[in-house]
Parts: sequence; structure tokens; C-alpha cells
Amino acid sequence: MMKWTKVLEIRSSPHIASGHSVDTIMFNVVLALLPVAAFAVYQFGLAALLTIGTAVAACVAFEHMFCRLSGQATSVGDGSAVITGLLYGLTLPPGLALWMVVVGAFAAMGLGKFLFGGLGYNPFNPALVGRAILQAAFPVAMTAWPDMPANRFVSLPSSTLALPFTQPAYDAVSAATPLSAWKFEGVLTSSRDLFLGTVGGSAGETCALLIVLGGIYLAIRGMMNWRIPVAVLLTVAVISGMLHLADPGRYAGPVFMMMSGGLMLGAVFMATDMVASPMTHLGSVIYGVLIGLLVVVIRVWGGMPEGVMYAILLGNAASPHIDNWIQPKVYGSQKGRLE
Amino acid sequence: MVFFGSKTFAHGIHPPGLKEETCGLAIRQFPFAGTLAVPLSQHIGKPAVPIVREGQEVMRGQCIAKPDGFLSVAMHAPASGTVRSISLVPSITGRMVKGIFIEPFAASTQEIAEGKPCDAATATPEEIVDAIQQAGVVGLGGAGFPTHAKLKIPDGKHVDTLIINGAECEPMLTTDHRVMLEHTADIYAGIPYLMRATGAERVIIAVESNKPDAAEALRSGKPKDLPAEVVVLPVKYPQGAEKMLITALTGRQIPSGKLPLDVHAVVVNVGTTAEIGRLLPNGNGIQERVITVGGPGVKKKGNYRIQIGTPLRFVLETVGVEEDITRVFLGGPMMGQAVSSLDIRVTKGTTGIIAFTEHESGRLKTRKEYPCIRCAYCVDVCPIFLNPSQLGLLASAGKHQRMVEDFHLMDCFECGCCTFVCPSHIPLVQKFRVAKMAVRKAKAPA
Repeated sequence: MMKWTKVLEIRSSPHIASGHSVDTIMFNVVLALLPVAAFAVYQFGLAALLTIGTAVAACVAFEHMFCRLSGQATSVGDGSAVITGLLYGLTLPPGLALWMVVVGAFAAMGLGKFLFGGLGYNPFNPALVGRAILQAAFPVAMTAWPDMPANRFVSLPSSTLALPFTQPAYDAVSAATPLSAWKFEGVLTSSRDLFLGTVGGSAGETCALLIVLGGIYLAIRGMMNWRIPVAVLLTVAVISGMLHLADPGRYAGPVFMMMSGGLMLGAVFMATDMVASPMTHLGSVIYGVLIGLLVVVIRVWGGMPEGVMYAILLGNAASPHIDNWIQPKVYGSQKGRLE
Repeated sequence: MVFFGSKTFAHGIHPPGLKEETCGLAIRQFPFAGTLAVPLSQHIGKPAVPIVREGQEVMRGQCIAKPDGFLSVAMHAPASGTVRSISLVPSITGRMVKGIFIEPFAASTQEIAEGKPCDAATATPEEIVDAIQQAGVVGLGGAGFPTHAKLKIPDGKHVDTLIINGAECEPMLTTDHRVMLEHTADIYAGIPYLMRATGAERVIIAVESNKPDAAEALRSGKPKDLPAEVVVLPVKYPQGAEKMLITALTGRQIPSGKLPLDVHAVVVNVGTTAEIGRLLPNGNGIQERVITVGGPGVKKKGNYRIQIGTPLRFVLETVGVEEDITRVFLGGPMMGQAVSSLDIRVTKGTTGIIAFTEHESGRLKTRKEYPCIRCAYCVDVCPIFLNPSQLGLLASAGKHQRMVEDFHLMDCFECGCCTFVCPSHIPLVQKFRVAKMAVRKAKAPA
């Protein structure tokens, strides 16, 4: 006779599973973002390190706090708060007062995520919600772009450590970002600088090269919907290219448009937020085209030099409607090839 | 659909094959259990009606129950012995069903009774359909649908393509693989019956590319004058599903709620075909079938020819199992059904008996379930192009009617691809099964 040590379990199939897991996806996104963050620290020094570090720490802490407040087990372990924190930190100007960083993180996690029910239910990318609130609340601080002083690894801009609820003072005239230089002064930055990231801007948005490499890594691992960034960037390239051909003096060329500002970071890492983007292939392309269109419209005809954040937030808002409108075409509903 | 030069269907997954351990092992005859119990309902349709009495002596292969109406098949004695009783036996569905208990003679040579032969060259389609029903043949691929029922072509319909399904896309199962290698002649003996019954002019034998030796055996063993073609498909699950296979080979899609017949195709499993080729020339009935006994919990893994009605307990005791097995299921790991009792019997639809230990099943049990993050992995793999994510949310909310009307729930054939890939570990297909059952129950007259 057989010896039995266990009771038979009755579970319905499948009895095997792929190794995919939410936390491994999140871990890989963090991995893809690390070089971008490292470059931000190299470029902007201690100020960037503190901005990004504070953003991540605050997002994780608020995630934990909101879970506890709503009586759930903490969901910090799934890693999504780290991504939100990283992305949020990377979109901030290095040198932003740290108390403002914490306020934005509170908005990102509270308004952007937990008000809607936490992971999986946020209609907008939480990092961008946090940034949008800061942009509305502190428009001056959010557009003060520091230069790259040689002593950036040992000293901090005075604005970083401004006391809570006080207006930070700025050391010097802030450096212009490539987009504002173009929009307000008509100066074009070279493509090489844009590609390598040796320009002013938010902490993590400057180096197109590292962002694209991170995106390619995620796309190969199947953890990012590559159709979205491709659609966004192609749309921006095509529209700005046509405008540029029509009037080269007035409109910047497609290469400048694609690599300047937050477009690369936004298209690759923000617009692709799984929760807030459509599920079907066709839907993702429509969503990407919509975002690309809005970016060009805001940049060229809007009052602000940059529009990626609002473009993505509007795209997020349209996403559920795109999903309702475009459902997968069920097998057998279209006529097969019948001879 | 032609994709990069090779035929396949859209979507689907690539689970680990897990076939190496048994695909090289030749089919072996399994010993007879002390008592065999032949359930009268091993197929879709009405249970067979017993034609033997308690205490009666029966010969192996003798018909012991006759079909009840058209959607039903005959049952045959799996061994020469004495009918002990006709009473209830546990089944995989969890319900008890009526079965015939036979105690085999201890020292019998177990000769097989010969019946009325059926010759493929001279029999009419009706005679072949009847002979297949009398031989008790049902889909040996696991579905258990009476084979003769799909071979009877209604007036006004015609079939141009007969597909012999040797895809065997389920991980761990290697019975079809072995049958194609070892019983090639039986397969080619069975095909003429199927062609004649359906009127199909061409035959496609579909094999996945992980079985090159089987494809080679089929190619070299093919009779010259048979209009058959062996097609090698890339490995992908669930390619062996009727709908997927037809689409892969012909590009035709079966409309929702329709049958392969509506796109002029009939699909028969390769093992079923071999069995028809083995039984009909002698007028025999099914007494046994080839089963892969494997999984990490099994010691002497292999492909065995096991008598219908053998208790699972006897099978596992004979091959030996690890002490900590926690899950036994019939069929492959993607669609196999877990058993609640080892007194359940081997039936005609049993393709595999797989045992998992705590090590394998624990991994699934302890995984954390996350909320749906709308990653769309499930949307990208569903071979029916449903939206499992949306269906899952609706199922959790109990909105079954909406699942059926707006999201085509009833087209789901429960292949499990969505659950397999879900990074949030949501039991999607399991929710769909529950929802489908609830919908059917609500529809049925009280």
C-alpha cells in the first residue's frame, strides 16, 4: 500500500504558470530607469540625488500610510510605489525645494492612486498627477532650471533646503531648457547635445539615449507596450516635420521636437503605464497618436514651452473610452478565407 | 494563417513542453487491476445501457452496454471475467455515475472477442458510422465526444478536408506522439474509414515540430495512393484545439456557436484514428487506451496501455509515487482536471495521469494575487480574441449576463492561456468556468 502524507488538492486547471509576476515587472521597470536616474545625478549632482531620493522615499512612505489608513495589508512590496517615485522625481527640476517634492508625492499617491482604489485602478499616471499639482501650485519653482556648476557633487543649490512652506530663493539666473530657448528666444540646441543629455531640464528627461535603451530593454522583455512610444514619437516627428517643411524659420525640426523636453521620458516610461493605457494593439496606437498630436499642439500653439505632461494626462483620460470603443475582434466574428 | 512561412493560428502561448521524460518511452501493456469498473457515461451524450447481468461471465472485448440513442456509444468488457455488480462509481465530474464492475479471471489469456468486421473499401458511410458507434469510439484526445456523431454529415453539408490531429500541444502528454511512431499503420488503416464516412477528398495530418520523428514515420509510412499530407506546425498551445487547428491549416474561422462542419472540415484525433484502424477490421470495441503516466510525483513514468475501468489508485501504486503527492490530474497541466478521489476510473477520455508533489503545487498555492494592472498579456494570448481582463473584472462583480452579451463569454473554451500568463496571478479561466456554469444553470428550465 502507498503511504500518503498529504491530502489531495482539487484545483481547476491550468496547473502550471508562466513566471510572470507584477513585482518582477515592476523590478525590471526600476532596473530600466536606474541608468536614467544615475545620469541625472551625474549631471545635476547632489541636488538631483536628493530630489529623486526624496521623491522615492516619500512615495513609498505614503503608499504604506494610505494602505494602513484604509485597513489593507501594505502593498509596498509590489514595487509600484518605487516606480511612481522614480518617475515623479525624474520629472522634477533638480534643486526643487524638498518640501515641495514631499507635497507632490502626497498628491501623486493620494489623489493619483489611492483615491481611485490603489494599484490597478488609477485612471491617470500617478507620477504625472503629482507633477501637475506642483506645476499648478508652484509655477516658478517648477520652471527654475539650475545650471551645472562644477561643485555640484559637494554643494547644494540653496533652493533645495528651503524651509517648509517658504518660497525658495534662487542663486542665479536659471539655465534655459532647449524648449524654452527655442520657444522664447528662437535658439535651437544641437541634436548631439539632446541625444547625450548635456542640456538643462528636469532631472531625468535630458538623455534621450539612456531612455531609449531602457525602453528597448523593457520591450524585449515584453514588459512595455512598444507600440505606444513608437506611435507617440512618429506622430510628433511627422507633424513637426510637415510644419518644419512649411516654414523652417518658425517651426523646429522633427529631431529637435522628438528629443527635447520630456517627450522621450514621457513616451517611453509614462505613457506606457499599463493601468492607464489601452489594452488592444490598435487602441494603443490610437492613444499614442493622440498624445503625439497633443504634444505638438501644446508646444507649438500653446502658451507653455512643454506639453508632454498634459498630453499624457489627457491621453490617460481618453484611454478607457478607447478601450470601450476598440475591443479585440472575437475569433469567428469575421469571415474566414472560404474558397 | 501563414506567419513567417509556417502555418499557425494567432495568439496562444509557449508553455514548457515537459515531454522529454516520456516521449522516448515505448508504449507498454499495463497489468490488470483486481476489479475494473466501466462507467456507463464516459462521453458527451446519454449513458450506455447495460446488456449484462450481475454474475454473468463476459469475454474481453465483448459488448456489455449498448448505445442509448444516436449521441451515445457502446461499452465493451476491458477484461474476461465475471460481472460483479452494476452500481455507482465516482467520476471526474465529482458526481457518481453508474458503472459495470468486472472481476477479471486470474489465469486467463485475455483473448479478445471478435465481432462483425467492417471493411473500409466496401462499407457504406452509414455502415461505418454505425460500426464506429458500436465500437464505442469517442474522442481519445480528451473531449470524449462520440466520434461517429461528427462523422455523420447531415444532408446539404459537405466536407472537403479531413484533419488528423497529432498536434498534442498539451505539455507532458506524449501518447499521440508514441501512437504516431508505433502505430503508423493503424492510423493509415483508420483514415480510409473516416474519408469514406465524411466524403472528404483530402487529408491533412497535423504534427507539431517538436515531434520530427513522428512526422518522419508518418511520411515514410504513407500509402502511395492516399491523398494525405503531413503538415508540421510550429509548437504553440492550444494548437490542438479544433478551432485553432482548422484556422492554422486552412485559414478558415469557425463562426461563433458553429461546428467545424460549417467550414467543411472534420477533425479527428490521431489516437482515435489509430483505434478505428485497429478495431473496425475485426469488429472489436475499445477495451483499453494509451495513457501518459507522469509528472514529478511519479517514479516509473511512461506511456502505458491501460484497461478502461482501472482505478487510479491501482495505476499510481503500480508505477510508484512520491510520498508527498498533493495533486493528481487527468490530462495535461494546461487543461487537465484534478481528481478528488483515487477511486475514479480510467476512461476513454483519459490522456494522461499526472501527479504533482508539494513542490510544484505549493508554488501555485502560495503566490500572491494582485489587482489587475491591465497589462494586456491575457488579451495578447487569448486564441479566441476575448478580453479576459475585462471578463475577469465582470466575473468578480457577478455580472454574468454582461459577460455573455458584450464580451462573448460562451466562446471561451477554457484553454487557460490567460491564467497562465497573468502576472497578477488572477484565476481568470477558473472564474469563467464558474460564470459559464451559472449562465447555463440560469438558462436551463427549472
